[in-house]
Amino acid sequence: MSNFAQFGNDLYTGKRSIEFVGRQKTWYAVSAILLVLAAIGLFGRQLNVGLEFRGGSEFRVSSVTNLDNFETRGKNAVGTLDTGSDVVVTKLGTNTVRIQTERFQNNLTDKVKTALASEFKVGENKITASTIGASWGASVSQKAITALIWFLVLVSLVLALYFRTWKMSLSAVIALMHDLVITVGIYALAGFEVSPASVIGFLTILGYSLYDTVVVFDKVRENTLEAEGNGRLSYSQAANQAVNQTLIRSINTSVVALLPVASILFIGFFLLGPGTLLDLSLALFVGIAVGTYSSIFIATPVLADLREREPAMKELKKRAMRYQAAQARKESTVSSAGNPLAQDGSTGTGGADLQGAVHASSGSGTSATGRPLHPNAQTGPRNQPKRPPKSKR
Amino acid sequence: MAINPHNRGPLRTLSVLIVIVLGLYGLLAAVHIWGDGQLTPKLGLDLEGGTQLILEPKIVGDQKINEGQVLKAVDIIRQRVDGSGVAEAEVTTQGGGNIVISLPGSPDKATIAALQKSSQLRFRVVLREDSATPTPVPTSTGTATSKSTAPATSKSTAPATSTPKATSTAKGTATTAPKSGFPQALAAATTPAPTAKPATAKPTTPAVKPKNASDPAWITPDAEKAFTALDCANPKSIDAIVDDPAKPMVTCSTDGQAKYILGRAEVLGSEIKNATSGLQQSQGGATGVYEVRLDFNPAGTKSFCDVTSRIVSLEPPFNQFGIVLDNQVISAPVAQAALCSGNASITGSFTAASSKVLADQLKFGALPMSFALQTRDDISPQLGGDQLSRGLLAGLIGLLLVVAYSLFQYRALGLLTVSSLVIASTLTYAAVTLFGWSYGFRLTMAGVTGLIVSIGIIADSFIIYFERVRDEVRDGRALRAAVETGWARARRTILISDGVNFLAAVVLYVLAASNVRGFAFTLMLTTIIDIIVVMLFTHPLLSILANTKFFGEGHKWSGLDPERLGARTVSYTGRGRVTIAARRAAAEGNQS
Repeated sequence: MSNFAQFGNDLYTGKRSIEFVGRQKTWYAVSAILLVLAAIGLFGRQLNVGLEFRGGSEFRVSSVTNLDNFETRGKNAVGTLDTGSDVVVTKLGTNTVRIQTERFQNNLTDKVKTALASEFKVGENKITASTIGASWGASVSQKAITALIWFLVLVSLVLALYFRTWKMSLSAVIALMHDLVITVGIYALAGFEVSPASVIGFLTILGYSLYDTVVVFDKVRENTLEAEGNGRLSYSQAANQAVNQTLIRSINTSVVALLPVASILFIGFFLLGPGTLLDLSLALFVGIAVGTYSSIFIATPVLADLREREPAMKELKKRAMRYQAAQARKESTVSSAGNPLAQDGSTGTGGADLQGAVHASSGSGTSATGRPLHPNAQTGPRNQPKRPPKSKR
Repeated sequence: MAINPHNRGPLRTLSVLIVIVLGLYGLLAAVHIWGDGQLTPKLGLDLEGGTQLILEPKIVGDQKINEGQVLKAVDIIRQRVDGSGVAEAEVTTQGGGNIVISLPGSPDKATIAALQKSSQLRFRVVLREDSATPTPVPTSTGTATSKSTAPATSKSTAPATSTPKATSTAKGTATTAPKSGFPQALAAATTPAPTAKPATAKPTTPAVKPKNASDPAWITPDAEKAFTALDCANPKSIDAIVDDPAKPMVTCSTDGQAKYILGRAEVLGSEIKNATSGLQQSQGGATGVYEVRLDFNPAGTKSFCDVTSRIVSLEPPFNQFGIVLDNQVISAPVAQAALCSGNASITGSFTAASSKVLADQLKFGALPMSFALQTRDDISPQLGGDQLSRGLLAGLIGLLLVVAYSLFQYRALGLLTVSSLVIASTLTYAAVTLFGWSYGFRLTMAGVTGLIVSIGIIADSFIIYFERVRDEVRDGRALRAAVETGWARARRTILISDGVNFLAAVVLYVLAASNVRGFAFTLMLTTIIDIIVVMLFTHPLLSILANTKFFGEGHKWSGLDPERLGARTVSYTGRGRVTIAARRAAAEGNQS
């Protein structure tokens, strides 16, 4: 815990900084591999959609006298023929069992009838077979896709308005699509069946992924605005710092979001077997993990790459380089501190400062108003013995 | 005990939350005691089972139904099901022709009737209107004029504008009045429909060619006879009514109070884009009068414009048009102006309920099919009972893990997370139950999972907030100031990220079909509750806690220990106290 808190402090002050933006090529490569895998899954193996999407066969066993455990018995009877996965067994009225399965060939239909007849001890004439259409038919999918497109358009607009730049909304949507494609691809690769519950899971990912990205971007905007103001950091550096500063939040959020999902996944996998819970939690688990990854490793680097091309940002980069070089020179003459970003800058400004977020890591020697501070003021009040912190005593 | 003046604002905010919680639970108790509300959320089809209905679609005129029409019928049925709330019903086809609807719970007769209702909705102008019963009784349909006016003689007078023409000139008339293209339709209609009962003579072709649909020449002797013979109290004679769009018809109002001779169909149900009901709005706000608003598609706009511009200047009853659904007049409003804007409103002695009924009838009246109920069965849950209990167990384990993690990460602040989650669950439970009562919202397994997942997303708001406060503490700010500035920044982030989530939910709710709507509804609900809790509970409580010694001076276990968070500056907390210095002094005092 103490190490974790220390880690958070270091990330915040910039003492420790992970190159999220600088090493974007690595992350892009990782994502490209994942996306290719997902594409192979999607186009090579196709999605294994459930009977809700495809329709199937329905068997009704009427005049059943013994209805104990009808669910498992029905499933087993069909399962012995090894016909596939999804079997929905329900009871209709008082003595009819309804079994819905994937669509069978005709000869198999007869076998299923025989199996059901022996299982429920009724004559084969009490069993009717018919085909059923998809309850999640083309029109429902169509509507869902329309909704998705509207959602993307509206969200892009809202984000572009909120962040005042379309580049942020573009990066957020890129990260979103990235998450969705990878999650669906993993589904296809693993051959998990897509049920309406999994679709709902995919839709939840949309919300979550965007949510996560927006939180990081809000900090990015705050830091980069400040950087543009004082010219001490380039856009990429400021963005990277933002990701580092929100890293602890991202980790905490993902852990908190993943814990309930993981517990559902666990229960679903070991106690319940395939069903709504497992479908949904699996989609969510993959999606949340990928969503966290993309908001850190994809969205921000893409944004930085987009913005760095602007002339103003190139200018900012030059300014920042000049400033940092000057700082480094000054540092080497005064003391032996290495990284100019890692200095403790909050010293001179103290508790009265109201602009606390970025300046702490952006170098010392100036007050909040930008005036140079006297060296004594930088090191704290004079003639005060420096005590080590309590924990180090 | 005197209240710390710093706590007054937060306490006021907290009391708002208490009012909300008490209000929700009070309402819940009220609908349980005095209404038919239940104290637990309603469960969906997959958890509770429900009723399965098999409907056979029938097209008027015994045509064979094709696959495309079945799909269309499924869409219409799904729309009707969705129209009645957010219950996630399953609509599918069976054996290529029948429609299988699985509804959660046990639908009442009215619901089933509404689902299978045939709907041929047409607008026809009124040619003659008469009270169906000897004593005149005012009807409640639309703005239909009072029925107390004297018998038909006065009404059959031809409007000045119409001059009946001889049959031989029919073609010429049609070209001079190009807005109504009836001659072709008329030619097709001369053969009598084979299905009619002999008891009620049906109107046949008029001897003279009427000029337009409002021409009284449409009232043939046959129609006259049928009109007199029609007994609106007798269901058989209503069943025998023939509704041929190209011909005038003789029919009753749905309440049996009035009977009409109507012109040929001029606006079809499929030309209505939407119909809504609500209070009439004027410049001064709602007027207290309920109205039904209609939107037409381009074709409907044109036909409706033609009809209203033609009849608006005519004398009663020719200025009325009857809205015919299922062979009967559901409303017969008077055209008060030529309505060419593509929308119209019907006012009259509506109540909230009756206006909604009319709007729904208009909205879903586009399907030229009727449905015969074949079987109705109870259906058991698709998921066994253990799914729900184990799902809840999983949720409980997840919740405990979240609690443990936040205590580990945030120490005493973690307790605030836990209590916020408890408040959020309390609100969610009440809201889900209340929406179950008022909108028929039902929790499916997917919904339950969605709620469990929302634990993580709600907890994230607290994490954003706490991390911001910690950032401010790292900058050397005193806790109370850190809480306020941290909140100002975190609030923006929480609002935009929740706003995006909410937008997602609304878009999905409005545009997607029933299977997704329940989920979207859950998402909307939890997003709103997230904002309510973080605004009205977490923030004010942290503000109050910041004034306590334990948190305010950054106790080691408070999760806001400045030293642990790497704040190296001494900060002044007001009233002559300095955080770190004060603590050190205290610590030294203990040691000596």
